[in-house]
Amino acid sequence: MITVLLLMTSGIIVGWILHHKTSFLQWISKFTNWAIYLLLFLLGLAVGSNEEILSSFDKIGYLSIAITLFAVAGSILTAWITYQLFFKNKGGEDER
Amino acid sequence: MKGSIIILFFFILGLLAGIYQLLPEHFLVNDYSLYALYLLMFLVGIGIGNNKKSLQVIKKINFKILLVPLSVITGTYIGVSIFALLQNQLNIAESLAIGSGFGYYSLSSVLISEVASDTLGVIALLSNITREIITLLLTPFFARYFGKLAPISSGGATAMDTTLPIITQYIGSDYAIISVFSGIVLTILVPFLIAIIL
Repeated sequence: MITVLLLMTSGIIVGWILHHKTSFLQWISKFTNWAIYLLLFLLGLAVGSNEEILSSFDKIGYLSIAITLFAVAGSILTAWITYQLFFKNKGGEDER
Repeated sequence: MKGSIIILFFFILGLLAGIYQLLPEHFLVNDYSLYALYLLMFLVGIGIGNNKKSLQVIKKINFKILLVPLSVITGTYIGVSIFALLQNQLNIAESLAIGSGFGYYSLSSVLISEVASDTLGVIALLSNITREIITLLLTPFFARYFGKLAPISSGGATAMDTTLPIITQYIGSDYAIISVFSGIVLTILVPFLIAIIL
């Protein structure tokens, strides 16, 4: 996991240094998409050959939706509190 | 939305290849996904560092704007912790890890499947796609009844790109910079938070 974080941090630095190269940015974003597609394909592959996950796929689906409802409800609630306390009638971007 | 359909397409393609054993055995024995993940993390980093919006956004940092991603994290963690207490399929750490995707399904799912298990990775994938879909569908409702920060909060990491257009349409473009800021902060934090929790 440390490797993952180090790679991302060094990527940020490389990206920062090369931030004026727009054609490079476009190439990177295309390449990133394909890396994501490959990884999701591999995750699908691992799941598809795992009997245990396949047999409980409906349960996994329900769990996923249920936990998301709680995550969204919680974050909406704190967002509403933050909005009432700090943002309402006080402008969007900065204190004006 | 188009992005999530393409992602699901590749996931389902892999799923079918796995079920019908369309690929040679060594594909499963040698786990290539770790190296692909390393590559992805480096590329994601370059994308963040390269992003002109992230440079502009850093100049805007003040206490108030930092409260937005902070309240997204706090609220999400409160929500998923309550969920963890109500059932016995997912424990607190697993629930927090899934919540830490903040809608960034591609990265969180592969990270979690690498660190924990494929089952948890799939839950992270489906859950975080659901978060994006909920935001796309319910932004008008959230903006009307829960204030202008609610859609940004629901969108999580996606508030910087995929859900940004619909969000700004309903809460106004003066909040766009806050939306992008919150999304970028959460996007960067996703791998770190997952690493800390799992």
